[in-house]
Amino acid sequence: MTWKTAEYAGWGRFFTARGELARPERISALSRLATETPAPAIGACRSYADACLNAGGRAITTARLNRLLGFDAETGILTAEAGVPLGDIVTAFGAKGWLPTILPGTGFATVGGAIAMDVHGKNHHQKGSFGQHVVELTLHLPDGPRTITPEDPLFAATVGGMGQTGPIGTVKLQMQPVRGDVMMVTEQRMPNLDSFLDHLDRSEATYTVGWIDATAKGDALGRGILEEGETGPGLVPPAKRGKRVPMDAPSFALSGPIVRNFNAAYYRRIPERGRTVVKPLEDFFFPLDKIHDWNRLYGKRGFHQFQCVVPIAAREVLRDMLNRVSASGLASPLAVLKRMGPGNAGMMSFPTEGYTLAIDFPARDEAPDMIRTLIGLVQDVGGRVYLAKDAFATAEQMDAMYPDRAAWAEIVNDLDPEHAYETDLTRRLALRTQT
Amino acid sequence: MTETPQETWLIVGATSSMARALARELAERGAAVIVCGRDMVDLDATAADCRLRGAPFAEAMRFDARDPESFPALIDAMAAREGTLNAAVFVGSMPPQEEIDGAPDMLDGVVADSFTGPARLLHMLAPLLEERQGGTIVGVGSVAGDRGRVGNYVYGSAKAGFATYMSGLRNRLTRSGAHAVTVKPGFVDTAMTWGLDGMFLVAPPEAVAESILTAVAKKKNVLYTPFFWRYIMMIIRAVPEPIFKKMSI
Repeated sequence: MTWKTAEYAGWGRFFTARGELARPERISALSRLATETPAPAIGACRSYADACLNAGGRAITTARLNRLLGFDAETGILTAEAGVPLGDIVTAFGAKGWLPTILPGTGFATVGGAIAMDVHGKNHHQKGSFGQHVVELTLHLPDGPRTITPEDPLFAATVGGMGQTGPIGTVKLQMQPVRGDVMMVTEQRMPNLDSFLDHLDRSEATYTVGWIDATAKGDALGRGILEEGETGPGLVPPAKRGKRVPMDAPSFALSGPIVRNFNAAYYRRIPERGRTVVKPLEDFFFPLDKIHDWNRLYGKRGFHQFQCVVPIAAREVLRDMLNRVSASGLASPLAVLKRMGPGNAGMMSFPTEGYTLAIDFPARDEAPDMIRTLIGLVQDVGGRVYLAKDAFATAEQMDAMYPDRAAWAEIVNDLDPEHAYETDLTRRLALRTQT
Repeated sequence: MTETPQETWLIVGATSSMARALARELAERGAAVIVCGRDMVDLDATAADCRLRGAPFAEAMRFDARDPESFPALIDAMAAREGTLNAAVFVGSMPPQEEIDGAPDMLDGVVADSFTGPARLLHMLAPLLEERQGGTIVGVGSVAGDRGRVGNYVYGSAKAGFATYMSGLRNRLTRSGAHAVTVKPGFVDTAMTWGLDGMFLVAPPEAVAESILTAVAKKKNVLYTPFFWRYIMMIIRAVPEPIFKKMSI
């Protein structure tokens, strides 16, 4: 059968949808669906909230459109179906000396999803966003497939466009040569927020990412660990993959005192003088993928991730935000701080120059208010929240955060006047409203 | 790379998701593959995927169970490969039983797709394995072949014929050091079962592919996958006919 009624959820497991899903196994089947029953495409559902949901409607999952189609070693251009997980590309090409130029924090995310969210990685400050390295893609539209390149006006509406320009079938990606298939990682303690931000500003490493202890207070506010990585040749055993979380964790597992103690130990695990370790590529890029369903650790209520970017000049707002978060005792151990460069490729792309802060919150009753407060602070300083993660922003906040939204909506509505590609996210934030 | 580098697999019916999963697993282990079926555009994509994931050689070729003229080219392509030759056959067709009831001439096609077509191909391939004194033929049947049921007994009887053929082929090949594995999958998460009512404990195709390769390595004879289907079918076969004939399962 073509359609199956299913319950599915965003990665945070807080937002769920019941609707009909189709799962084409061939590009020709995708084409047929795109013509006969246009619907939004979804990938691995690694968006945290409702970007990958269409409750009561239909969606086309690209889970089985997962083949690598060609690679040109002269140009480094890879052709792949949209449902290929990025981790597959790392596994198949890392040892041959090539990597996707941009890799987000999970290898389970698909090529199509990475385009739809214009994802960024630990090298954003130097290499920009995922969409900047897409050289061509094919959209499957009701009147047939249309292949577009970055010059096409539709391209900037598609990259970061949350699927609103129709399902993507195949993609050509510019890969980058790497020095070897292991990562040399230098880890250093950052004793407080100022030192952390200063180090991020100065870092010249190819890959940087900071783990931040969102429970630390006072002098230690904003402390964390800065990881700087460079690829290199070497021999390490292949990454071990695939432990599963057998059940939902009980709610006390991430209670305030436990998280505070865990974070303190995690911080001290790095010697005071820092250290350099060699890791398999997958372990550096996708640290959480080793535990398949780590979202279950948040228990059956699920969790929210808040992620924002604030301008360089507004760094003090981070102190304000961290003060509120640590005082609330709501944060989980997962929090990330990074410096972003200006690069992005789409009208609705998240990446922009500044500091990006991401914090996970177990979905307790107090979490929504805390996150709404943080969103307000971000908006006040001219920052924006990441729509792949957002759960609590409002439609009224969108134009300030995404100034190209109205122009984007015009292009998208022109292409899809029936609004067949709308998702729970685009409806909640009225992203396609034109004034 | 647990397999020897000089190993080639002929994968018949390679547009199915189970066959695709097997082809990918083999490619990642460094085996050469020839993927065949009818949709050449799709097969070319699978062959490219196998090459990029580690297969030293991967090619798409045409196979149509109802057109025996498509067979000799496949045998020639296999004969041209050095080393151990293997095959895995995934073909079959299962039109709804009511459709066949209304058009009995469809029966010949189902039998050709699920039994006589693949059996004839394997009959042409078997001498190559005997000559090289090794290799394995994997024949994918179905638990539907274990007992005729009102819901799909045309398909079931064709698969039963294929299972009996596989058993005889195993008996023959073992004399020359080659082997044959009969695979009987239960419910697998494929395009065929997507959205069907009454599915339970549906296995992902990747798990089936892995269990097939384990069965090949261990020289198992009949593989039920997932394993519990052996017991489900044991019970179904044990129901006395006077009772079974009144059941609709």
